[in-house]
Amino acid sequence: MIKTLWIVFAAFGGFTALAFSETSSAHAQGKELSRFIVEDRISGYVFLGEQVRALQDDDFQNPGMFAVDRGRALWNTVDGEAGKSCASCHGDAAETMAGVAARYPKFDANRGGIINLELRINEQRKTHMMAPPLEYESQDLLALTTYIANLSRGIPLGVNIEGEAAPFFEQGKKFFFKRRGQLDLACNQCHDDLDGMMLRGDKMSQGQINGFPFYRLIWNSVGSTHRMFQWCNTSMRAEPFTYGSEEYLNLELYVAWRGRGLLVESPAVRR
Amino acid sequence: MAAIRVAVPSTARKGEVIQIKTLVSHPMDNGFMLDFGGRFIPRWIINRFELEYNGEIVFSADWHLSISTNPYLIFYTVATETGQLDFKWYDDNGDIYTHTAKIIVT
Repeated sequence: MIKTLWIVFAAFGGFTALAFSETSSAHAQGKELSRFIVEDRISGYVFLGEQVRALQDDDFQNPGMFAVDRGRALWNTVDGEAGKSCASCHGDAAETMAGVAARYPKFDANRGGIINLELRINEQRKTHMMAPPLEYESQDLLALTTYIANLSRGIPLGVNIEGEAAPFFEQGKKFFFKRRGQLDLACNQCHDDLDGMMLRGDKMSQGQINGFPFYRLIWNSVGSTHRMFQWCNTSMRAEPFTYGSEEYLNLELYVAWRGRGLLVESPAVRR
Repeated sequence: MAAIRVAVPSTARKGEVIQIKTLVSHPMDNGFMLDFGGRFIPRWIINRFELEYNGEIVFSADWHLSISTNPYLIFYTVATETGQLDFKWYDDNGDIYTHTAKIIVT
């Protein structure tokens, strides 16, 4: 019985492989992957199948662009007691926000720690708009973050890890190399050592965050880096940290530095 | 609630076959999936799509289960006269999402 099953699987696998290669050849023509690779750092895009790449490449089809549209609308929406919108101070985001997302997360003196794009948006809402903070991972906050990140598309990641950010960077690095959970795995064991290998039906990526916030097909929605961190931690049967926690902020800084030079792809499409 | 994206050529020659692309954001829950609490997520889909060209239906489709999230549709029609294209998506909950595009036929 087991033998028959294997034969069925093999036949099915062969068939799908054939079907994929036929559709992919047209798209692969003239397609340059080198811009997704910087030295030994490889964007998750490279590990995708041709169909998912095509979904990301076409702004019309890319489901993450819905979040961008929504973010653009929110950017110009007045909220809070101050009667301001983001645009009241920052003007046209296409000019003022280009390249900003590539420099986040960064050290923030007021917080005395690392701040990322999501928390920065909420901080600005509080101090300048006098508006209530948007819930982390809510559609509205994701939309704004995706919109701002999208305006940095094509700009290389370059976070600052010098000076006051250095100790937090070290903590993030420590997190990355620390074994955790019932499976006793550290991030690096898969994402540094085994990238490109198969993890069940999927290819192990390097865990780069240059496409975040991204549209994840198995979630059917846009997700932030911290949601992905939580998902990863849960998958290795470790207790996840909360959204916006210091641990994840430090980790985000380390992972962003780890992908230095990779071009921002937000909103990327991933499996 | 549904966000809509439509691509229609703004101008066309009379008699030309034009491509129309539509994308609508919708969860398209098929009713067989469980949520994290183990309960069925009720069916919630868009069950019909229509395109009216100057008031006349030139393309329609009945959608059933197994249409994916964020349905993406490409189809073709013949540009006959200058006018208006009215897109309609019929939701299970009774909502009708609409979008209007103009085309100039020369």
